[in-house]
Amino acid sequence: MTRLLLASAAAVLTALPALAQEKPVLTVYTYDSFTSEWGPGPIIEERFEAQCGCDLKLVPAGDGAALLGRLKLEGARTDADVVLGLDTSLTAAARETGLFAPHGVSPALDLPVDWDDDTFLPFDWGWFAFVYDRTKLDTPPASFEELLDAPEDLKVVIQDPRSSTPGLGLLLWVKSVYGDEAEAAWARLKPHVVTVTAGWTEAYGMFLEGEADMVLSYTTSPAYHLIAEDDDTKAAAVFAEGNYLQIEVAGRLKDSDQPELADAFLAFMLTDAFQDAVPTTNWMYPAVTPAGGLPKGFETLAKPAKSLLVPADEVPALREEALAEWQAGLGN
Amino acid sequence: MAGGAGELSLSPARIAGGVALALVVALCLGTLLPLVLAAEPGRGIGPADRAAIRFTLFQATLSAGLSVLLAIPVARALARRRFPGREALVTLLGAPFLLPTIVAVLGLIAIWGRSGLASRALGLAGLGPLDVYGLGGVLLGHVFFNLPLVTRMLLQGWGAIPAEHWRLAAQLGMGPGAVFRHLEGPMLREVLPGAFLLVFLLCSTSFAVVLALGGGPAASTVELAIYQALRFDFDLGRAALLGLVQFAICLVLAAGLLALGRQAGFGQGLGGPVARHDAARPLARAIDAGAILFAAAFLLLPLGAVVVRGLPALIAGLPAQVWPALRVSLSVAVPSALLSLALALALAGLVTSVRRGLLAEALTLMGLAASPFVIGTGLFLVLNPLVNPFALAIPVTLLVNAVMSLPFAMRVMVPAMRRAREDYGRLADSLGMSGVSRFRLAVWPALRRPAGFAGGIAAALSMGDLGVIALFADPETATLPLTMYRLMGAYRMEAAAGTALLLLLLSLALFWIFDRGGRWLDRA
Repeated sequence: MTRLLLASAAAVLTALPALAQEKPVLTVYTYDSFTSEWGPGPIIEERFEAQCGCDLKLVPAGDGAALLGRLKLEGARTDADVVLGLDTSLTAAARETGLFAPHGVSPALDLPVDWDDDTFLPFDWGWFAFVYDRTKLDTPPASFEELLDAPEDLKVVIQDPRSSTPGLGLLLWVKSVYGDEAEAAWARLKPHVVTVTAGWTEAYGMFLEGEADMVLSYTTSPAYHLIAEDDDTKAAAVFAEGNYLQIEVAGRLKDSDQPELADAFLAFMLTDAFQDAVPTTNWMYPAVTPAGGLPKGFETLAKPAKSLLVPADEVPALREEALAEWQAGLGN
Repeated sequence: MAGGAGELSLSPARIAGGVALALVVALCLGTLLPLVLAAEPGRGIGPADRAAIRFTLFQATLSAGLSVLLAIPVARALARRRFPGREALVTLLGAPFLLPTIVAVLGLIAIWGRSGLASRALGLAGLGPLDVYGLGGVLLGHVFFNLPLVTRMLLQGWGAIPAEHWRLAAQLGMGPGAVFRHLEGPMLREVLPGAFLLVFLLCSTSFAVVLALGGGPAASTVELAIYQALRFDFDLGRAALLGLVQFAICLVLAAGLLALGRQAGFGQGLGGPVARHDAARPLARAIDAGAILFAAAFLLLPLGAVVVRGLPALIAGLPAQVWPALRVSLSVAVPSALLSLALALALAGLVTSVRRGLLAEALTLMGLAASPFVIGTGLFLVLNPLVNPFALAIPVTLLVNAVMSLPFAMRVMVPAMRRAREDYGRLADSLGMSGVSRFRLAVWPALRRPAGFAGGIAAALSMGDLGVIALFADPETATLPLTMYRLMGAYRMEAAAGTALLLLLLSLALFWIFDRGGRWLDRA
């Protein structure tokens, strides 16, 4: 058995370089769902390869945080030329690795906030929000305060900040709204929390099963149900204090052996060919609105009047403290 | 132990056992080393980690205790009753245990959740919805996963009591108390400690179930702390430290419990059907009927929910990507089960032939106590400078799955091997049998059935496995569970439910084929 394994491993190893030598290869590390058959990956790959004369290799590496973890494990030895899929809660830590190079462009972006990061370029964004079913919940809370003060039978499912991106988003959201009172806010939220799941998938699945009135997700989640399933019962609650932003970014690696291709990819990323795939595959807002506008259905989505975002370089210092408050407020 | 003079030398069998043991130790303990070497000074184990360790021990002890206690009446009822559908029920006992956690969680809340079947029934009676989230939810989830597993292991134990003993017990007019004292008690004493240990280890390394049904951060396990160290804090040193804590818990517990599990020493019978003279009493009938009904409802209702949710999508047709994923999963599961069996055979040979077999057996249990995240990260750190990790995706998954399912195989193979040695070892020695012919004539016949069962568990586990080696996951070789998660991540819940059902049916089929194969070989 072992010999068979070694032989097959050796066969694969020798076959790989032979296949790859024809065209230059641009290796892009990204999160898992980006590369899935239902994500933007396949479309992006086809469109970029049509113009670059290269082989675009999208490598899935878990979610955003796992992506950064993998990069740290590999260090300067990494094969990645571009990393796509970090968000602003991770960019400070990513910059600190010293593996990234400045992008050198000053693009016009359609973001709710100003963007002046010289290393990372946004490719899409969205607001975190509590999603609910219109047919079951007439009047959703209009603010965080209303949610915390709601009768106890208003139930939510949230995600763990230690293992999920939306969970971390909620952690920073509550911290931005409540500051030093965050622990008390978590304690007030506690009676409403059905459970805290490891990832978005479990939480959203439980919400669809009817376990909670609301689930932590994105303002764009209802767009999926509307456009793909023709179901307009899902909606996102907008909070008066503001909804927390997630801005997803890409950056190119300093030691890339394909610097021109990496630059070309980042430029391509902000063109319509990339951006118009974003709304209905990644279910997020494009960083640059394509010429054709947003797909039909997106105009029905709730739009928060106020966007909250902890500046990227303040996240590392805030995170520990916010996590401790979360554990103290929700635990026991 | 039962070894004759001929066995003290370095036989090829013992060398094979040594190699297998070295492989397990290298994979479980050895993968901690690269983490320690790559670690920067970190935080060490903090109060939150200590709370996680305490909660892990607490919930795993309760979960294992409850699973084992409930399994005893269920297994006894199944062992001494024949009824239509019994075979199917016994096969379905393999199902919960191999469901991907998220599928099981959704199945469980379809029954026990706030808007589940039970809550709706209570609603009709004017009572509020059930709230299982918390310790109750964690126990519910773990008993759902593990009660069937323990039941299967106990069924093997009951099956190992030779029919002659039952006939003798009947002739002597033994009542239920005496039967328990002389036959069932010693068997339970042999099987239960190992079963408890397995379930304890399974529960101590779970985290998605614990979190989803645990209701909040108070329900955090060591495994979650490891995940957090690797993913949130990127503190490799702390991850390794917590990994060591898991091994320490495993080894201490294993040493204690395996020593406790004394052999029943029934000797070999001639086989043949067991007629249970003690089963005819009305009280025994009522207890057995209750136990079987309880187990069937407890297991089949959530499984039924999984089927109901998945059936429409399965009939309407699954996305095209599911089929290549199916091929990948099968090409991992089957070789991985065979590898696991080979390792288990070698190790069972070693464990039963040397004086310190207990330690070796305890070491093989590390496969269960090992954190998949630590193994994956450690292997990645070692292999990445040398080879492209994607090229090794399949071999690494296969190997890790085999080692992780090894403890299950060992639980059924070691007692069988020990029995074979006791019953035929001296005869084989006196005949001067060794090598292949000894294995073929004196050992293998006693192992065929347990080997089939163990292979089935390994194959099914390997089918349902997810993310043991996320760092090696090749975009081209997604497994079936991974594809299911991707569907869910893309909001495609119906297609995901259909895929989950397909996964369940296939895992069961694999389990059934291996298990049947063992029995068929046994008869042939």
